[in-house]
Amino acid sequence: MEALGLLLHGFAVLLTWKTLALMMVGLVLGVFVGVLPGLGGPNGVAILLPLTFSMDPTSAIVMLSCIYWGALFGGAITSILFNIPGEAWSVATTFDGYPMAQQGKAAEALTAAFTSSFIGSLVAVLLITFLAPWISSFALKFGPPEFFAVYLLTFCSFVGLGREDKHKTVIAMALGLLLAGVGMDTVSGQLRMTFGSTDLLRGINFLVAVIGLFGISEILLTMEERLALRGHAASISLRTVLAVWKDLPKYWMTLLRSSVIGCWLGITPGGAIAASFMGYNLAKRFSKDPDSFGKGRIEGVFAPETAAHASGTAALLPMLALGIPGSGTAAILLGGLMVWGLNPGPLLFVEHKDFVWGLIASMYLGNVVGLVLVLSTVPIFASILRVPFAAVAPMIVVSCAIGAYAIQNAMFDVWLMLGFGVVGYVFKKIKIPLAPFTLALVLGSRAEDAFRQSMIISGGNMKVFWANGLVGTITTLAILLLFWPLIDRLVASVSKSSAPAAKAEA
Amino acid sequence: MSNAELEIAVDDPTAPEEDSPSVTSNRTVDVGVSLLLLALAVVLAWDNWRTGASWDSTGPEPGYFPFYLSVILGGASLYGIGAAFLSRKEAVETFVTRAQLRRVMAVFVPTLLFCIAMQFLGIYVASFLLIAGFMRIVGRIAIWKSLLTAFLFSAVMFVTFDIVFDVLMPKGPLEAAFGY
Repeated sequence: MEALGLLLHGFAVLLTWKTLALMMVGLVLGVFVGVLPGLGGPNGVAILLPLTFSMDPTSAIVMLSCIYWGALFGGAITSILFNIPGEAWSVATTFDGYPMAQQGKAAEALTAAFTSSFIGSLVAVLLITFLAPWISSFALKFGPPEFFAVYLLTFCSFVGLGREDKHKTVIAMALGLLLAGVGMDTVSGQLRMTFGSTDLLRGINFLVAVIGLFGISEILLTMEERLALRGHAASISLRTVLAVWKDLPKYWMTLLRSSVIGCWLGITPGGAIAASFMGYNLAKRFSKDPDSFGKGRIEGVFAPETAAHASGTAALLPMLALGIPGSGTAAILLGGLMVWGLNPGPLLFVEHKDFVWGLIASMYLGNVVGLVLVLSTVPIFASILRVPFAAVAPMIVVSCAIGAYAIQNAMFDVWLMLGFGVVGYVFKKIKIPLAPFTLALVLGSRAEDAFRQSMIISGGNMKVFWANGLVGTITTLAILLLFWPLIDRLVASVSKSSAPAAKAEA
Repeated sequence: MSNAELEIAVDDPTAPEEDSPSVTSNRTVDVGVSLLLLALAVVLAWDNWRTGASWDSTGPEPGYFPFYLSVILGGASLYGIGAAFLSRKEAVETFVTRAQLRRVMAVFVPTLLFCIAMQFLGIYVASFLLIAGFMRIVGRIAIWKSLLTAFLFSAVMFVTFDIVFDVLMPKGPLEAAFGY
């Protein structure tokens, strides 16, 4: 198979001491970020991104994606030992993980969590390995109308399938797209929405916004909580690991089910949280003994962790193949690609083979190394929690400021970051979702270019979005998804009114 | 077996009280934010209209796409104002309690001062002051620990960025005195 050969080439790119060292650094930093209260994948990647500016793209993405894997692993540690989910998608892990820790089975729970994370990611990476090249080669035939239709599909699915108030998702997205348009217009070179400010001329940098939205705002939110914590310390012995692994085959159905759910929800936007809960609930429903869930059942750790990681990893598939991020973290990685001068999208597979396959290979290797790392060093990471937040918070603030400044060497960006921090804080509290906001910010100019190019091709005729079967299907699907809640309600009311009728007939 | 008896405990001496009175409700903030967004939408729509939001011979003018986005943003904000006014749930939800606000300000104000100080003292001195001050005042951590941590962190940052990675950061009189 061609993919296998390319993958081997990817491993060859990866296997240098420098890259391996960066992987380890990334993983350690990632677990560190994942363990810290209030910080998780997207925040960690956003804050640590500036570290990679001076690296070559392959090393940089390897390190960043390892930070991401590390953060995913780290989230499980706090959920199980302290009953504090580091991320929203770790919530379901606490249901059975924390009771297990209370019963003195913390080591088993942690082993189960790490192992299932590993399995989930592995399934998703396999999917990426074989599906991404295929999708991207298909997408190479896309013209501007097709790309705009795909962007539209992404935006509409956020509105239609998101659980937030619809108008709030629309606000988040419109605002993101508008802010992405500030500065010089790429097509005509004219200035837009700068109001005479020379600082706004450069536009609003996506990464600056993200550092504010995910870094600063998270600190503000975390400070609201009471930050005292009590929890179990744990170390994992080889015997525990082997004992848990020996039982793994018994749970193959749960693992497989969760992996499939995770992959599916990961590719569609905004999935990891839903995936973890769905994985947990389905495992419970199909179990012979559903009542034992929530009381420290190991399956209750396997199911959500596998799903969350499969989903977190699968979110990178659309990013690599189409240039559309499937999650907040993927959006930030995408922003990183652009900083390193790479154009995300299907061409990546043709023009930057080393980069893409190096990244995919690093997903395999990063997960294996990550698994070994967390299994052997849990006690050290758990003790990070002994460091009081009052020491961690200002350090994060400083890192954010360094990051924001370093992107364009501009003080204005530091103020912008602070502004976005406040915006993120307020938005999160009144439930204006940040994920579509981030997505719109990063995709904004590309979506606009695609739209305007399509309009130029067609001479302003909207019919171009239904010009052939492919683009027509995507556009129609997008519009269907946009109105999905209405359609869903309509179908429900029709079937409800027909159900009593059917009963009457019988 | 794991030694599950080993407990990790961390205190939070300046934690916000649980029973602190609410400063404002989610509804008030929601309406306020929606009004601000509406104002922003109007300003942006006007600016884009001025830039040109119609069609010329080469296709859509630069303001075309953002103009219609401003209209969408304005519409959604208007709807949001109405929805927030009608929402009973948001009216009873606390946006922030007084004690929480105090703590948030305890991070925000130092961060603001840090950003101002960064321009005059350079980022490394400013970060030393921020970390030491924050640990001491908010975390009630021993002075020597606060100073040492702040010094080590700033020094590591300086070495990492300025020397190893060659990322230029704003510097002040102290760095100048050492010849950097």
